[in-house]
Amino acid sequence: MQHVSPVRIPLVTSGKTYHDVTQDVCRQVEAKPNIRWMAALAVALFFLGIFFYSVYRTLWYGIGEWGLNKTVDWAWDITNFVWWVGIGHAGTLISAVLLLFRQKWRTSINRAAEAMTIFAVICAAMFPVLHMGRPWLAYWVLPLQNTWGSLWVNFNSPLLWDVFAISTYFSVSLVFWYTGLIPDFATIRDRAKGPIARRAYALLSFGWKGGAKHWSRYETVSLILAGVSTPLVLSVHTIVSMDFATSVVPGWHTTIFPPYFVAGAIFSGFAMVLTLMLITRVVFRLEDYITLEHIALMNKIMMITGSIVGVAYITEFFIAWYSQVEFEQYAFINRATGPYWWAYWSMMTCNVISPQLVWIRRIRYSIPATFILSIIVNIGMWFERFVIIVTSLHRDYLPSSWAMFSPSIIDIGIYVGTLGLFFTLFLLFAKFFPVINMAEVKSILKYGVDNGPTYGGNNTGAQQSSYRPTGAPASAPVNYNKHD
Amino acid sequence: MQESPKYWKGIEELENSPEFLHNALSEFGTLPVKESHPSTDDTVAPRRDFLKLMGFGLAAATLASCEAPVRKAIPYLNKPEEVDPGIANFYASTYFNGQDYNSVLIKTREGRPIKVEGNPESPVTRGGLSARGQASLLNLYDQARLQSFAINGKPADKDQVDQEIRTKLAGVTGRIAIVSPTIISPTTKRVIAEFAGRYANTEHVMYDAVSQSGLLRANGGVVPGYDFSKAAVIVSLAADFLGTWVSPVEYASQYIVNRKVSSSKKTMSRHFQFEPNMSLTGANADVRVAVKPSEIGKVALALYNGIVGGGAASSYRNAQLTKAINELKAAGNRALVVSGSNDVAVQTLVTAINAALGNTGTTINPAAPSYVRQGDDARMARLVADMKAGQVGAVIFYHANPAYDHPLAADVKQALQNKNLLSISFNEKMDETTSLCQYQCPDHNWMESWNDFEPRRGALSLSQPVITPLFKTRQAQESLLVWAGNPNTYYNYLRNNWRGVLGGNFQAGWDKAVHDGVAAGTLSPAPATQIAPVISADQAAGEIAAAKPGSGIELALYEKVGVGNGSHANNPWLQELPDPVSKATWGNYVSVSRAMAKEQEWEQGDVIRVTANGKSVELPVLIQPGQAQGSVGIAIGYGREKAGKVGDKVGSNAYPLAQLRNGAIVYNVPVTLEKTDASQPIAQTQTHHTIMDRKPVVQEATLAQYIKDSKSVTEYDKISTPEGLEKPNKVSLWQDYEYKNHHWAMAIDLNSCIGCGSCVLGCQVENNIPVVGKQEVINRREMHWLRIDRYYSSDTHKDSFETEGKLATYALMEDPSDNPQVIFQPMLCQHCNHAPCETVCPVLATTHSTEGLNQMTYNRCVGTRYCANNCPYKVRRFNWFSYYSNEKFETVNGHMFTDLGRMVLNPDVTVRARGVIEKCSFCVQRIQLGKLEAKKQKRRPVDGEVVTACAQSCPTQAIVFGDLKDPNSRVSQIWRREDGERGFKVLDAINTQPNITYLTKIRNTDVSNFFAPEAEHAAKAEPHNA
Repeated sequence: MQHVSPVRIPLVTSGKTYHDVTQDVCRQVEAKPNIRWMAALAVALFFLGIFFYSVYRTLWYGIGEWGLNKTVDWAWDITNFVWWVGIGHAGTLISAVLLLFRQKWRTSINRAAEAMTIFAVICAAMFPVLHMGRPWLAYWVLPLQNTWGSLWVNFNSPLLWDVFAISTYFSVSLVFWYTGLIPDFATIRDRAKGPIARRAYALLSFGWKGGAKHWSRYETVSLILAGVSTPLVLSVHTIVSMDFATSVVPGWHTTIFPPYFVAGAIFSGFAMVLTLMLITRVVFRLEDYITLEHIALMNKIMMITGSIVGVAYITEFFIAWYSQVEFEQYAFINRATGPYWWAYWSMMTCNVISPQLVWIRRIRYSIPATFILSIIVNIGMWFERFVIIVTSLHRDYLPSSWAMFSPSIIDIGIYVGTLGLFFTLFLLFAKFFPVINMAEVKSILKYGVDNGPTYGGNNTGAQQSSYRPTGAPASAPVNYNKHD
Repeated sequence: MQESPKYWKGIEELENSPEFLHNALSEFGTLPVKESHPSTDDTVAPRRDFLKLMGFGLAAATLASCEAPVRKAIPYLNKPEEVDPGIANFYASTYFNGQDYNSVLIKTREGRPIKVEGNPESPVTRGGLSARGQASLLNLYDQARLQSFAINGKPADKDQVDQEIRTKLAGVTGRIAIVSPTIISPTTKRVIAEFAGRYANTEHVMYDAVSQSGLLRANGGVVPGYDFSKAAVIVSLAADFLGTWVSPVEYASQYIVNRKVSSSKKTMSRHFQFEPNMSLTGANADVRVAVKPSEIGKVALALYNGIVGGGAASSYRNAQLTKAINELKAAGNRALVVSGSNDVAVQTLVTAINAALGNTGTTINPAAPSYVRQGDDARMARLVADMKAGQVGAVIFYHANPAYDHPLAADVKQALQNKNLLSISFNEKMDETTSLCQYQCPDHNWMESWNDFEPRRGALSLSQPVITPLFKTRQAQESLLVWAGNPNTYYNYLRNNWRGVLGGNFQAGWDKAVHDGVAAGTLSPAPATQIAPVISADQAAGEIAAAKPGSGIELALYEKVGVGNGSHANNPWLQELPDPVSKATWGNYVSVSRAMAKEQEWEQGDVIRVTANGKSVELPVLIQPGQAQGSVGIAIGYGREKAGKVGDKVGSNAYPLAQLRNGAIVYNVPVTLEKTDASQPIAQTQTHHTIMDRKPVVQEATLAQYIKDSKSVTEYDKISTPEGLEKPNKVSLWQDYEYKNHHWAMAIDLNSCIGCGSCVLGCQVENNIPVVGKQEVINRREMHWLRIDRYYSSDTHKDSFETEGKLATYALMEDPSDNPQVIFQPMLCQHCNHAPCETVCPVLATTHSTEGLNQMTYNRCVGTRYCANNCPYKVRRFNWFSYYSNEKFETVNGHMFTDLGRMVLNPDVTVRARGVIEKCSFCVQRIQLGKLEAKKQKRRPVDGEVVTACAQSCPTQAIVFGDLKDPNSRVSQIWRREDGERGFKVLDAINTQPNITYLTKIRNTDVSNFFAPEAEHAAKAEPHNA
């Protein structure tokens, strides 16, 4: 179908056939849940319980349950929001931008990465709603027809832009992800034995038959959605950064924020993808699909974006000095040496210094090192948002109002609670949905292996057979570009 | 045709009865219900009727099951003539409870008082009103008030109580004592005299919780008629005359006359303050010297020696003291020396100094002495001893609470255990003393009473009831009259007593006096022409010279501006009013200097045990810049046991630490300090204390510099543009608003603001601002819309950047000086014309009005708090909880929970729901009212007609509010006049274009330590006096 240089290291190792791919991916969907999965889900559900309890306290008693005060009116809430939105970005980048760039290695990881995006955005979306004093009126931020005459939303407000950015991002990501899932759902449907599973997956697969027209439309839609998603990778976090950049708070009022936030988002997103992938590949034995090469490539992206972020941190200091604005200068001196110095230096260590270790090849290819690094980066990126939000607010213009922020137990509960929510969703996804895009992975399998009987019959050593896995891209439009 | 045989199915068919026929035709038989044809068939229930009944029954049952809220809207059967729903009435009255005197106007709505404002007609308080006066409103609606007469705490019938008391009084053996704080009501004194006439052996003993008995003894029993407005040089020896001493509102309004400056009046009085604790007055002084309490006498002696004694050697030397002596001498009869000491020797010297300077007739008016302190420590001490010894047959406590606020409280408590001592209390609450009494005969609240007052000779005022008594109480004077057998009501008694003073047409004069609240004239006996000194000045000087200087650590007890002597401890507004200097709320503490804390290794919040005279209290430490070395300060008025649920157990009671020495209460005692393991956070509303050299926030300069060039005292931010440096408002992204009709604005004179906090409370009362309690203040969530920022100067300034480095300098700038200069800045919503909050609200809950107001629409707010983050002034407040229904706030904010308490709420202002932002509205309800009143009369509002609550309550007129569209309004004039001179906008460079202009503070000192010297143009200028 397409030519691939025989000397190129295969993206999927162990000489997997189409059937092997189907077998490997469908295995955990069809098998009974294993004990490790059950244990993991139990832990995730426990944290989800914490989430619900904390949310109940927040909704019943008010935001006063949090640690905020008259000076620091946002802290963990918006930190978590930006952190989760940022994490989501890797999924979109992998599935959309890398698709447009024809980076075939993405096929093994894009499904899980996109799922991560969706779940991360769900977690992120909790915060703008929960942080409202009156969340039951959250719909007022939508430009809805209302009974108050000409009362409209404020199009000047970056928070309103956020509403549009996040909702667009969520819907497009969801559609993109789901479109990719349809052929794989059909595969599972065809293999399903139980009546419930058959019905359920039949419903989910939207009657996919694997016809040429289906594949043609599938590819077209993927491409269009990739085109739509690509600007979102840049726009969503740009808009999130404008919550800060358009304000007058020293330390927020910074023109560098949009690119800086986007780089940071991809940085943290890749760290989270790595964390999840490293667990998933072990738990579901997908080492042949998510190879060391994948890990090394993602490490490189992390290192590059981490460096961009590092440059941004330094630029902020330079501009503060260069501007000669007293308040701006103090905001940055306070950041590095004030009462929250530990947060700042945690951020610097985690985000700027630690990714530089990836220059060392052994670390780049080391699974334990990568795992630790990905966690460190996640921590560092959380601190970045905390530093930006809290250290800027806690000492702004009037020294009389300077105050410290410390989180309440409910603040912590909501944060770890969203981790519970995220992992609950992710574990359910990993169990019931194909975690790897079978259809797309099959398109990058190396030739020279016995892929078993296929409908097209143009495979080496293939025998005509009535057996035809629906998910196989037998009649998929062929990409004639060389696999470079 | 043969007839076919007929078969019948049963006998019924054979008989063929009509009934059978009827049934045979009906295929489905008879239905239990059918369509309604009542006329044709009434045996079955018609379906429609059935449904109707069912429906009604269901609806009725449903409705009955949910209880509809009872709305107590009772229409007037006979509407009082002057009460119109929705329209406020103001009644002149007077507030005095033994502490500060205030002539007031009480605003009532539908017959309930909702606000107390200063009475501008008063020659004494001149429209000013203290924070305590503002807050006294809530005492009326206090749930802790006694609601009826009682015998040993059990409610009893008034007549029965009267009968028992009259019987017992008649048969009493020994003296009858009436114990009260200072009473300045001439008529009340006459009632007491009449009572004494009926029961011989009656003695009226007055004592003040914070005694001025030394001052009184040195001045023939009265407080001299100080007039600070005539003084060019003021030396105060630990007298907090702007905050708590004697008559602070009166003195503040006098003091400020010579403190206000403008380009046409570039003179200012010079104010020296020698004191151990950093008081509000010390914070306002031009020169403040921290001295140990035991040294106050030495300072007085040095002054005496320097001025009267011809320069005899003094043990106390200080460069500032020498300067003070020289300036006092130079000022001649335009000088004034006051002292807060309760030592008659010190006060004798002060009197002698004033006399020697020739102040009598200028800064001291001998014809108008003040009567607001009359307590006699020695008589009270003697009475307590007699009570203990069983020589007193009956004691009547008239608003006095010696079981709490007297150093001999333990003896009082013990004496009251004696069953043979008839004890009666008029106190409004079941306080420490009242609960030990046999008879509780609660007095009316002052808002329910008629009374008269003579705070200063020749200045009379009246109080009148503004609400029907809420409880079954009786005015104390009336109780005394009843027991004395006089059938007259107190109202008539009062009128009769006034017949002498008003002259002419009595009714007209009376009506005018009641209307104005004040009248000229006197009802007090003429003061002695020649005051025989208790001790001579030489004697006093010798006594002080002989006193050994204290070597150990000394305690200086003091009063707080909010809670005062503790009688208002159950008032949550006062508990949450930040101390003007320390900014602490809810409780007292031990204020120590930083040096002492460092030496003893104490951190703020460490609890230490303070022991004096065998008695001790445990309180947390607060590091107070300006605290004299070797001294600590503790506020009295806290640690109440029976104040009510708000005030009980807030802080610790420091009264027992005071001592009686030579028949006078001594508030300065040697103490030992000992650290405990406990620690207790102090609820401060401000935790960072220095200005960090931020000139755009607050500005100040010396008088010398102002005289040299009034255009040089304020620095204006300029923005670089391609056309050169420009004013920030020349560079703008936004279009300017056009104000067609009104443009409301404010001017705040930092020179006039003394930081007393009266405006904070005025705002709280006017705008239904909730009280949040100690923990929430610690959490930094107080709700005050208006706060007073207080900054201390630091020893380190930006000029150290070069030598010390920026990081070290910034760290050092966080530390206040050991004896800092202080600046106060009232901070409220700036009503920016380019408001950062307005652009960021996603739902347009905060918008700009056509009259320049930054408006907050609570109903629309969803509570993202983005506006609060983006407000550079940090004046927006978020409703973290439901303060009116969350049980966590039931104690501290109880008045929003009960029907009684809710009567205090201003019906024109919404009580905000949880989850919305609130902030200063420039009292938009008052603006609307003013506009409507003017509109009804087809005119424009005149200047001064529309005043915000803060501007209204300011005793020093530091806040001026008005319409910029009116070129002749005061605010317009100030804005125009001060532009380029003292007028500046806070944070001008971010171009928010506030509608509040601040006026640069001018200090009458040689140097201003507030900012780096490079900003100090006139550092070498000569000191200048008015």
